[in-house]
Amino acid sequence: MSALHDEIRELMALYPEARSATLPALRLAQEKHGWLSPEALREAAEGLGETPAYCMSVASFYDMFHLEPVGRHLVEVCTNVSCALVGAQQVLEAFERELEVRAGETTEDGEVTLRTVECLGGCGWATIVALDHRYRTHVQADDVGAIVEELRADG
Amino acid sequence: MAEPRLVVLQGADERDLTKLSEYRAIGGYDALAKARALAPQAVIDELLASNLRGRGGAFFATGRKWSFIPKPDQNPNPHYLVVNADESEPGSFKDNEILSRVPHRFIEGCLITAHAVESKHVFVYIRGEYLGPFEAVRDALEEIRDDERLLGGVTIVVHRGAGAYICGEETALLESLEGKRGQPRSKPPFPAISGLYASPTVVNNVETLATVPPIVAMGGAAYAKLGVENSTGTRVVSLSGNLVRGGNYEVAHGITLRELIYDLGGGIAEGRELKAVIPGGSSTVILTAEEIDVPYDYDALAEVGTAMGSAGVIAIDDRCCMVQLGIRVSEFYEHESCGKCTPCREGTRWMTAILRKLEAGEASDSELDLLLDVCDRINGKCLCPLGETAAMAVASYVLKFRDEFLAHLDGSCPFGSQSPLDGVVAPVNQHTHSPVAEVPA
Repeated sequence: MSALHDEIRELMALYPEARSATLPALRLAQEKHGWLSPEALREAAEGLGETPAYCMSVASFYDMFHLEPVGRHLVEVCTNVSCALVGAQQVLEAFERELEVRAGETTEDGEVTLRTVECLGGCGWATIVALDHRYRTHVQADDVGAIVEELRADG
Repeated sequence: MAEPRLVVLQGADERDLTKLSEYRAIGGYDALAKARALAPQAVIDELLASNLRGRGGAFFATGRKWSFIPKPDQNPNPHYLVVNADESEPGSFKDNEILSRVPHRFIEGCLITAHAVESKHVFVYIRGEYLGPFEAVRDALEEIRDDERLLGGVTIVVHRGAGAYICGEETALLESLEGKRGQPRSKPPFPAISGLYASPTVVNNVETLATVPPIVAMGGAAYAKLGVENSTGTRVVSLSGNLVRGGNYEVAHGITLRELIYDLGGGIAEGRELKAVIPGGSSTVILTAEEIDVPYDYDALAEVGTAMGSAGVIAIDDRCCMVQLGIRVSEFYEHESCGKCTPCREGTRWMTAILRKLEAGEASDSELDLLLDVCDRINGKCLCPLGETAAMAVASYVLKFRDEFLAHLDGSCPFGSQSPLDGVVAPVNQHTHSPVAEVPA
């Protein structure tokens, strides 16, 4: 049995009903595979004792689960009202220029996926950009070049 | 300007309260010992005396909510405390800061509440995006993991969400916590009777719980002296938008919106004029710049037709086009509608479509009426408030800025690219998820 299987079993033990471990199990499977590939879904399902179809039906509801391949790095720009009021669109466009992709796309080398997301809950520190889920606050268009350089340097 | 009286964030400016030793040094976990020396009902009575009302948005009296939980001899099923840490309302980011800066106060609140409702099981449902706050709570729990005296046999499991605004609705949250798609349940039964795993469940917001230890420490009556009648105590207000100093500010209820915006927020950035204020997160009715002398409390805001919601104040300056604001807000709710109820699922799409036509200068008079009609047809027809609040918010832009909407009927947007919301790419406009099983050509 895989390490993932054991980890999922441990998660299931935290809950009175094992199905509660579905979201954490899917997260683990995604971390291991990079996205929820058919294989990742099968592995999560096997650990949970659910069907892959069930796992897919749950995963497709949530924005943080990737149902197609994404880059090794994820750049998420909040474009909800508070961020947009102080220039989130300009930040997004700067990323699009630097990375040479449109929002929702992955760079040709498969390194970076750029996408917009709904409110990340950092409105007073806008614009919020999540780099591999770590929040950067007060991001302005001028900062984007350095951020992309940093991501690229991270290999 | 009202003197800030810190309750929830008390001590966090002077000390690193993420550390157990620092929290202990200011009397941390003393309230827990005090509460456990009381009968559960006596703790509930303190909360009733404090008149603390839920900080998640519904403002329901916390003590009353606890009192709905059956006693163990009335219902032998395990009782659960579920924490709603799924803060996702555009404009609100208070729970982010509370969890990050005073995680032990929050945990102490959970343990006191568990005692009051006679529960041994706490689940903290935190939105998946909140990695920093998750780590703060996880690390704080790690510090007390072996302290059985403190935990008193209570287990606290932190459960991370995966990106869905609707999971902030309590029954959707429970569905999600049970490992399902996060779609709201029909109520009744309410969670107090049949919640998590069909057992008695209290669902409380993060800030509500972080307020519990100070209430137990100072006594409910003393807490009730803070703030104003019906809106007692303090509130951590999130300020954002076109302000000089956005951020979270803990204030006593009753401070005016003007004081919040100009005294605490430093006024409108870049010397611009205030045009409108969203007072309680994007699902609340908008206020014009002329309406901001209203006190920030439940009754006063209700009197002017709006709400405190989750206390996210968004200040909007005079460059912003209200039709564009409507589009962006509508796109959010369209994206986050869970799809269960038709009026919300279809209505939010219609709202966006009509607003886009308006912005493009392609809409007629009748379509402006159609927009209001669509809003009206969502109201009161869904299981949860998501669609309804979207409709009420957007309708309020039309009603309060009608001239601006009418000006769009003449062929173009009067603001155009001068408005910061012009052409903003919302998630609903991009396609990260292509169909997994592609149909062969």
